[in-house]
Amino acid sequence: MAVSIFHRVSGDGLAIVGALMFLAWLGAIAAGPDAYAAFVACVWHDPDAGTVHKITNILGKIVLVGLTWAFFQHLFSGLRHLVLDTGAGYELKTNKLWSALVMIAAVVATAAVWLYILAEAVNG
Amino acid sequence: MGNGTHLGKVRGLGSAQHGSHHWLQQRLTALGNVLLVSWFVVSLLRLPLGDHGAVLRWASNPTVALALILLVVSVFWHLRLGLQVLIEDYVHGEATRLLALVVLNFYAIGGAAYGIFAIVRIALGGGTAA
Repeated sequence: MAVSIFHRVSGDGLAIVGALMFLAWLGAIAAGPDAYAAFVACVWHDPDAGTVHKITNILGKIVLVGLTWAFFQHLFSGLRHLVLDTGAGYELKTNKLWSALVMIAAVVATAAVWLYILAEAVNG
Repeated sequence: MGNGTHLGKVRGLGSAQHGSHHWLQQRLTALGNVLLVSWFVVSLLRLPLGDHGAVLRWASNPTVALALILLVVSVFWHLRLGLQVLIEDYVHGEATRLLALVVLNFYAIGGAAYGIFAIVRIALGGGTAA
């Protein structure tokens, strides 16, 4: 049950929030260094941040952590669905096991990615 | 698909009246997404994202730009299908549902066009270099 509704929630989150962030990022690259710097200052880090950017920097990171989780959840859950499409994995025990593994793997992968980002940031 | 008998008219269409077309496209774009979005996420983690010049050089590489365009097509096609199911499940009332589907199509096609155009600008050097 839970894994199914999470597939929809993560998919719709990626479809709206993820896709719009991606388009804003692409547009900022195309628009040039100033526009790109403004995008980074809003979403990630502004060296001389005012109150607004201090808030958007925190929100930006929360959204990015959320999108990372949504990506892994939707990826793993989607792969599970592709296996189920072949007609395999419907036995109750097997189905329950893979549902749980999908949820755990998504959280573990999200944590691993952000530990990597954190380590990169610390090591410069 | 049959041209007369009742069975022939409905065979393969199912309750949504468009058969397995939607279902199959969702799976095909899902496979495209597995490859393209995984590549994209790994690329993001390896790129110095704060450096506009480095990101621009990466994105303007012809192979990367082509993969990015394929990614936009696969992702926006897939999200259009996914959000369509969401609307069909939760938006009731014929008029509001139709309106929601129109907005969805504007978003999916407009978003994909914006993304592809941005990539083309980057790849063809229209984007302002550092």
